[in-house]
Order: sequence, then structure tokens, then C-alpha cells
Amino acid sequence: MPSLRDYRDRIASVKSTRKITSAMKMVAASKLRRAQEQAEAAQPYAIAMGEMMARVAKNVVVNGSSSKLLAGTGSDQRHLLIVMTSDRGLCAGFNANLVKQARRVAYDLIGQKKDVYIVCIGRKGKDVLQRDMGTHIWESFTGMVGKKRVEYAEVSKVSDYVLERFESGDFDVCTLIYNEFKSVLVQSPVVSQLIPFKMDDAVQDNADPVDAAPVGPTSPYDFEPTEEEILNELLPRNIGVQVFRAMLDSAAGEQAARMTAMDNATRNAGDMINDLTLIYNRARQAAITKELIEIISGAEAV
Amino acid sequence: MAANVQFDLVSPERKLTSVLVEQVQIPGADGDLTAMAGHEPTILSLRPGLLTATGPGVEEQYVVTGGFAELSADTISVLAELALPRGEMSQEVVTDLLKQATKAHEDAHPDEHHMTQKFLADLVHIAEDLGFHTNL
Repeated sequence: MPSLRDYRDRIASVKSTRKITSAMKMVAASKLRRAQEQAEAAQPYAIAMGEMMARVAKNVVVNGSSSKLLAGTGSDQRHLLIVMTSDRGLCAGFNANLVKQARRVAYDLIGQKKDVYIVCIGRKGKDVLQRDMGTHIWESFTGMVGKKRVEYAEVSKVSDYVLERFESGDFDVCTLIYNEFKSVLVQSPVVSQLIPFKMDDAVQDNADPVDAAPVGPTSPYDFEPTEEEILNELLPRNIGVQVFRAMLDSAAGEQAARMTAMDNATRNAGDMINDLTLIYNRARQAAITKELIEIISGAEAV
Repeated sequence: MAANVQFDLVSPERKLTSVLVEQVQIPGADGDLTAMAGHEPTILSLRPGLLTATGPGVEEQYVVTGGFAELSADTISVLAELALPRGEMSQEVVTDLLKQATKAHEDAHPDEHHMTQKFLADLVHIAEDLGFHTNL
């Protein structure tokens, strides 16, 4: 049976763990606020970009000379998956759920006899995927989330890399898998196709009624310099923005998941301390009673 | 009095402004243009330059390095690659931008040299206009 001292040590150790988890919770809460603010600040650009893309893409006649980012390469044999996880752990199922989803998508494609390549963002995803899909991984990026905020310049390294590989004809379809920040309690893995450009239904519905009017052979927009040049600039930029937005969502989701996990851990530690204190007190009382019995029976014997 | 038009300027990281204005001078890739209410729907790409919004009681100036503008009869939205209010421009920012542009130019594929060269020249031009040093 453990001695009183063992119980005391146990309680002290759980108490110090609780201190750590509650500090982590508070740090995550303040980081979450910052990440959310940043995600909100970036929203107008992403929405405006999405709408512009939808309007332009709608009026463009896809033909042989169209950009491959829009029209596709004409094949869907080689798939690139961008798997976006966090660099740090201790955020409950945040990374595990995402990797599970990514693996499902990958095995699905492999089952269809497609070639699958993976680009990892975040250390956690890479660590896990390395085990069974190591040969599929092309590249991995870490340190996307800076000390304070997600930098666009940093994130665009990923989109630049992806575009470069696409230009050199290394893959046909690119899919981004990331955690969408739904609320502080809910983050869910989302699979969205980046290349070739797929018009988002939601954006299409929200687009100006002007677009709903029957479109003649010419688009209702004037383009300066030319439609093609604008599109050639707009398409890669759009990919950068999509990745950036996903990264912001993922960064906010990571902090939210960590905050919730640490809140639970703090509460569990509290429960554990209560239980242990109860057992400790009982054991202490038992020891005192035992000593008393010893003294009394000793006195009676005399 | 001229009709007003809704003007929005956003960069990937934040929304810079959203006001009612009379006119906006935009540094288009093919030359400057001034957009007012009732403009033909147009999408244009930008070159590095100064964007000036003038309206009832407002006059705002922003430095943009590129991006797109979408004009319609009653809205002007500018999606800048990087945008800063004129007052926030500093020698440090200018030096940084010039260094990046120079590097991009040096690394660029020979086919793209004229583009990076033009970008760099536009950048130097706007920096000199605002009174910053452009010697690295």
C-alpha cells in the first residue's frame, strides 16, 4: 500500500501539471484571438478574389490555348495532395483527424490506380505520413506560422513551389486538405481542389446578378491589358490566396483545438487532485486511528 | 456634383479602406486611369504606383505594388498585392521592396526579364516620386 508520502507527492505532481496546462490554455486563448483577427482581416480579399475569379472564369471560353490552371492538363492521372497540419502537438485530434482524412483520400486515389504525391505543411503531418507514405512525399514545409502571425510571403513559398512543379508538368490535379475553423469547438477537415480551377458553387450563387444575364460571345468586362494576360496573372495569385486563407483557418483552428484540449486537461487534473486528496485524507485518518488504537491497547495492557 | 462610387481597397492581409469617393486614380499596367461612377465594367492589372482616391471630404493615397482592379458602374474594388497608406511608407520598406525586386530580376528566366525589369523600374520610379533613396 502506498504511504502517505506517496500520495502527497502524487498530488503535488498533478498540481504542477495543472499549472502547466492552465498556462498553455491561456496562451492558446490569446493566440487564438490574434489568429481569428487575422483570419477575419484576410477575409475581404479572399472573397473579392473568389468573386472576381468566378466572374472572369465564367466568361472565358476554354480552348486549347487556355491556361492549364483553368482548363487542366487533360488528364487526372497524377494527383498532388497538400496536407496542412500544425507544427506543434498537444491539440487533441486536430492533426490526427486531418491526417486520417488525407490518408483516406490518398488510398482512395491509389485504389483507382492514380499516382499520388504529397506536399506536407507542418511538422506533425509529415511525421505521421512519413511512416506509411514516405515515398509519396515530395517536400515538406514547416514554420509557416510565425511568432505572431501567418506571413503571406512565407505561405506563398508553398504556392510558388506547387506552381513551379505544375509548370514543369509534374502533376495534373492539386488538392488541398486542411482544417476548417468552424468554431472554437469544431474544426473539421476539408478537401478542396486547387488545380484545375473549380468554380465554387457558393461564389457563383452570390455573384452579381449582372452575370446571370445571358452572355453573348463577348464578356461583359473589358480587360486591360488582355483577358488572357489578366487570367494568367489571376490564376496563380488565386492559388496563393487559397493556400493563405487555408493556412489562416488552420492556424486559428490549431489554437482553438489546443485551448479546448488544455481546458479539459486542466479540469481533469482538478478532478484528479480532489480524488487523490480524498484518498490521502482517508489514509491519514486511518493512520491516526491506528496509532490511537495502539496507544490505548498498550495502556490497557499495563 | 459628381456621383459617388463605392471604393474598396484590400490586400491579402487586411482591408485598407472602404469609402464613398468621386474618383480613383489607378496605376494600370497599361497606363494610369481615373475611374469614376458609371465606368464600363473593366478588370485591369496594376503596376507599382500611387493610387489616389478623391471624394467628398476624403483624399487618400496608397502605394500599391501590383494586383488587380475591378471597375463597375457603382463599385471600384482594388485587390492589391501589397498596399500601404502613403504615410506608412518608409525608407526601410522601399529598400526591402527594391532588394526583392532586384533579386527576382536576377533570378528570372531570360524570357521574363522584360517583365521584372519593368516592375523594378516602376518601383524605382514611385520610390523616387515619394522622395526615397533608391541606391541599394
